[in-house]
Amino acid sequence: MRAVMLLLLAGCSGPAASPRPPMPAPAARGELRTPASFDVIADPSARSQAMFAEIGRVLTHPRCVNCHPADDSPRQGELHAMHDPPVVRGAGGRGTAALPCAGCHQDRNVELARVPGAPNWHLAPSQMVWLDRSVGTICTQISDPQRNGGKTLAQIQDHLAHDSLVAWGWDPGSGRARPPGTQAQLAALFQAWMDAGAVCPQETVK
Amino acid sequence: MIKLTINGVAREVDAEPDMPVLWVLRDLLGLTGTKYGCGEALCGACTVHLDGEPVRACVTPIRRAAGRALTTIEGLSPTGQHPLQKAWVELGVPQCGFCQAGQIMSAAALLAANASPSDEEIDRALAGNICRCGTYVRIRAAVRKAAKP
Repeated sequence: MRAVMLLLLAGCSGPAASPRPPMPAPAARGELRTPASFDVIADPSARSQAMFAEIGRVLTHPRCVNCHPADDSPRQGELHAMHDPPVVRGAGGRGTAALPCAGCHQDRNVELARVPGAPNWHLAPSQMVWLDRSVGTICTQISDPQRNGGKTLAQIQDHLAHDSLVAWGWDPGSGRARPPGTQAQLAALFQAWMDAGAVCPQETVK
Repeated sequence: MIKLTINGVAREVDAEPDMPVLWVLRDLLGLTGTKYGCGEALCGACTVHLDGEPVRACVTPIRRAAGRALTTIEGLSPTGQHPLQKAWVELGVPQCGFCQAGQIMSAAALLAANASPSDEEIDRALAGNICRCGTYVRIRAAVRKAAKP
């Protein structure tokens, strides 16, 4: 009887769980983890994926995804409300002749009216969908020259580092929430992700 | 001093660079055809053309217009004979009239780019111009009347 119980207990314990890979300490609120903090992950592929997951905290922020929709309407606010007034993508993502983006959006924020603005204000091309997409899906899109505007990863890194519309995300005005970290930290993370092999997170994509 | 052309006339205005175009037009130059609606680029009542492109005068700083050409409702046609203005009169479009200058300026930008718009294109083009009297049906009819068949 005792032998049977021991066998049952042994059967319930199952195989030993594999140890979780080390992860860098969480970033402080509103901050991004630095590239160096990912050095605790020895495997380059796992390290690269982990870094893009961190990058994804910026790319999936409302300041970014609101202008990367699958349809023809930009979104507004933290809950991605449809743009008011109702505008459409138009040629080059710059609105229509009678209702162009630049008709309202200036080269900087207009605080008096709470209208956000930055140079070259426009909607991202329709093949660059980020709204309601997973970080892995966004990574795959960014890495695909067919869907990233024919850019190399180095060109995308330069875009993230220097583009004025990207920079607006951290200076959105009127009390709007900002993505974590800074533009420079995002660019550094992206460079580190590239250096580690530019591996996209393996996850269920949608 | 900021130099620009307004309704075909070269002007110099003594204004802070960030002063909204609407303030310059109404308060400094007395061009009161352009209306103040919401002040937040949401209603379209203040629509004017900057080098032919419609902009909301309430949020557009005058520095952006430096060296460029502004057109207001007063300058759309010197004689008020723009096809849209004629259609507006013929169909009696306005009720209170407050939004109509902006409606006409947005419609003029549409027709300049698309002389024969569909109803859907008219609705889409004027979606940012609000009329609290609800004259949208007559507005669309007048734009269609002014458009080329």
